[in-house]
Amino acid sequence: MDSVQERIKNDVTNNSVVLYMKGTSQMPQCGFSAVVVQILNTLGVPFKDVNVLEDVEVRQGIKDYSNWPTIPQLYINGEFVGGCDIVREMYQAGELQALLKEKGILSK
Amino acid sequence: MPKHEIESLLRESFPDAEIDIKDLAGDNDHFQATIVSNSFAGKTRVQQHQMVYQALQGKMGAELHALALKTEIPLDN
Repeated sequence: MDSVQERIKNDVTNNSVVLYMKGTSQMPQCGFSAVVVQILNTLGVPFKDVNVLEDVEVRQGIKDYSNWPTIPQLYINGEFVGGCDIVREMYQAGELQALLKEKGILSK
Repeated sequence: MPKHEIESLLRESFPDAEIDIKDLAGDNDHFQATIVSNSFAGKTRVQQHQMVYQALQGKMGAELHALALKTEIPLDN
């Protein structure tokens, strides 16, 4: 099996919330990535950030993994939840908070 | 990538849809597209957006840098 795919699988399996983004959560380097970071921070959700700009293999690998052509990509409990548009829509609809509570990541 | 090209690619895959595309930055590279189509019925947001990316035939992330997507099902359904 391709080792990048394995690495990604390990990361999303071993961490409840993983955000593949451009830049870091402290210093996002893209407006779309920054939006997702902002939402997660506002909700107080702890997450692992992976800076795809530092790793060319992951930058392509994550797109193959999810069959999704863009960054950022948010994973919750190993499942791809969406990019910036979807995360924002879910947040505005309260669906993101509900999902996080359901998964035990946010307390009820 | 010119707006009309995005539109024709989308119309090929979503012939019944209402499609509205805005050029957000005036640079032909950051767009917002709202697509209202019956073919989205019963699908998750991720699946709906994946359908749109497939309609763009690999151009997303290549000739097209940013496309903010809003996918919806017609209200009068």
